[in-house]
Amino acid sequence: MQFGIFTVGDVTTDPTTGRTPSEHERIKAMVAIALKAEEVGLDVFATGEHHNPPFVPSSPTTMLGYIAARTERLILSTSTTLITTNDPVKIAEDFAMLQHLAGGRVDLMLGRGNTGPVYPWFGKDIRQGIPLAIENYALLHELWRKDVVDWEGRFRTPLQSFTSTPRPLDGVPPFVWHGSIRSPEIAEQAAYYGDGFFANNIFWPKEHFVRLIELYRQRFAHYGHGTPEQAVVGLGGQVFMRKNSQDAVREFRPYFDNAPVYGHGPSLEEFTDQTPLTVGSPQEVIDKTLTFRDSFGDYQRQLFLMDHAGLPLKTVLEQLDILGEEVVPVLRREFAAGRPSEVPDGPTHGALVARRDAEAGEGSPVPAGSPA
Amino acid sequence: MKPLKLVAVSAGLSQPSSTRLLADRLAEAARRHLAEERATEVRVVELRDLATDIANTMVTGFPGAALREAIEAVTEADGVIAVTPIFTASYSGLFKSFFDVIDNTALAGKPVLIAATGGTARHSLALEHALRPLFAYLRAIVVPTAVYAASEDWGTGGDDRTEGLAVRISRAAEELADLVLRRPAAAEPIDAVIPFAQQLAALRP
Repeated sequence: MQFGIFTVGDVTTDPTTGRTPSEHERIKAMVAIALKAEEVGLDVFATGEHHNPPFVPSSPTTMLGYIAARTERLILSTSTTLITTNDPVKIAEDFAMLQHLAGGRVDLMLGRGNTGPVYPWFGKDIRQGIPLAIENYALLHELWRKDVVDWEGRFRTPLQSFTSTPRPLDGVPPFVWHGSIRSPEIAEQAAYYGDGFFANNIFWPKEHFVRLIELYRQRFAHYGHGTPEQAVVGLGGQVFMRKNSQDAVREFRPYFDNAPVYGHGPSLEEFTDQTPLTVGSPQEVIDKTLTFRDSFGDYQRQLFLMDHAGLPLKTVLEQLDILGEEVVPVLRREFAAGRPSEVPDGPTHGALVARRDAEAGEGSPVPAGSPA
Repeated sequence: MKPLKLVAVSAGLSQPSSTRLLADRLAEAARRHLAEERATEVRVVELRDLATDIANTMVTGFPGAALREAIEAVTEADGVIAVTPIFTASYSGLFKSFFDVIDNTALAGKPVLIAATGGTARHSLALEHALRPLFAYLRAIVVPTAVYAASEDWGTGGDDRTEGLAVRISRAAEELADLVLRRPAAAEPIDAVIPFAQQLAALRP
């Protein structure tokens, strides 16, 4: 099982000081946070992609390439890469290049984004959100698996004898997660291809995601990729910790109350009761995170949101120390206990290469993904 | 046979509330008509108790436990009675907010009786120009008689031109009961998923 962090990359005023970091400070802080993630033993760093203030990460592979050069083990990912408004040809190229530079430590999470106005900025029509996600990924999937592609679709100019370069490292494309908070179509898409499904459950009650993940698991099995239990599931989480629970609540409350997403709405207590947000001691975070398995089954990747709502960098780095030293080692041990052997680990490039080689030996790879 | 479920939504704010009183009178009249054919359970949802939850849902995008339960009750009801005070020439903001956070298919095909209270009878057509279009958008089946109770209606009978409140309540409740009894049993909802090959095929140029 893999543990990591995902960042939105928001530039938000610290409500306790009134200070707003510059874009430059925020970008450097994101890098510092990624390096810290590796230092404290986390497995994954994922960045969002946004194209409007107050967010800075418009160019994820640029940032991840820089982080790749300064880390050794960390898997670099996204949360999410916009499959609707980015040209799938450019995604294929950018992430294959990053994959080579990072020695395979790359995967990506595809999403439709939640900012309506972004569509026209990239010449797309928001009313076509789901069809764009479906067609663009079908092309991306093919570009990474076929050296020469002839292709015609509804949303971009046709391709004739096109080769996306560089070819994926070792001939194995980066692992793909499909991120969704509400669309069964996306769960179905992830299941069809045998890709991962990441349910960003941090802002909503679990009942909603139980249905979505169950649908993904059933359809994953339906398409012949394995048992429902072998489907590849990722979940979000959101925590703030101090040694004493009351200190955590006192320190985090002004950030919660003024947070861009849910601030000025429910109380911190109501929100922690209804969503995965945990504000308290490391033990409380461990206890809450372990309940995810009861709701969603054994899963492969747990990402925490740690650096939003104006929390200063120093605080975030302290939080990562606690996460890496006191929480994740216990979670690794507890999640490993009683985990059935057939449940796969979190995806890595090495594992994907090994599986490809094993399937080549058998002579019949899983026939998913080519448009039927 | 399972009892029929009737849910009355009241957006009244004061205690006691004439809006709640009207909701109770309508619910009881409808229950009496229905009881001739089927046992009927009545549930009243007081939006006042859910006001903070409704506002929070606007901010977070998901309903808290109490509101979720109320939304489920309305969604699963065989018939709905929706009653609001008339504020500033229309339904109250709280009333509208509740129907804003409920799924826009929750009332599709469902018999709904609309009713309102106000300080003066001059606002009675708000039922026709505000509530009826709202429920038409939600694809509910709105009963022909909408019931408006002005302050004076509670103390008088009818006159030459108007039936009294009691008569209007009875007629509207009977219309609702007829629609509820004629409505086919709803199929169990299923999580429909469009097979992916079909989604891809739809995009063939």
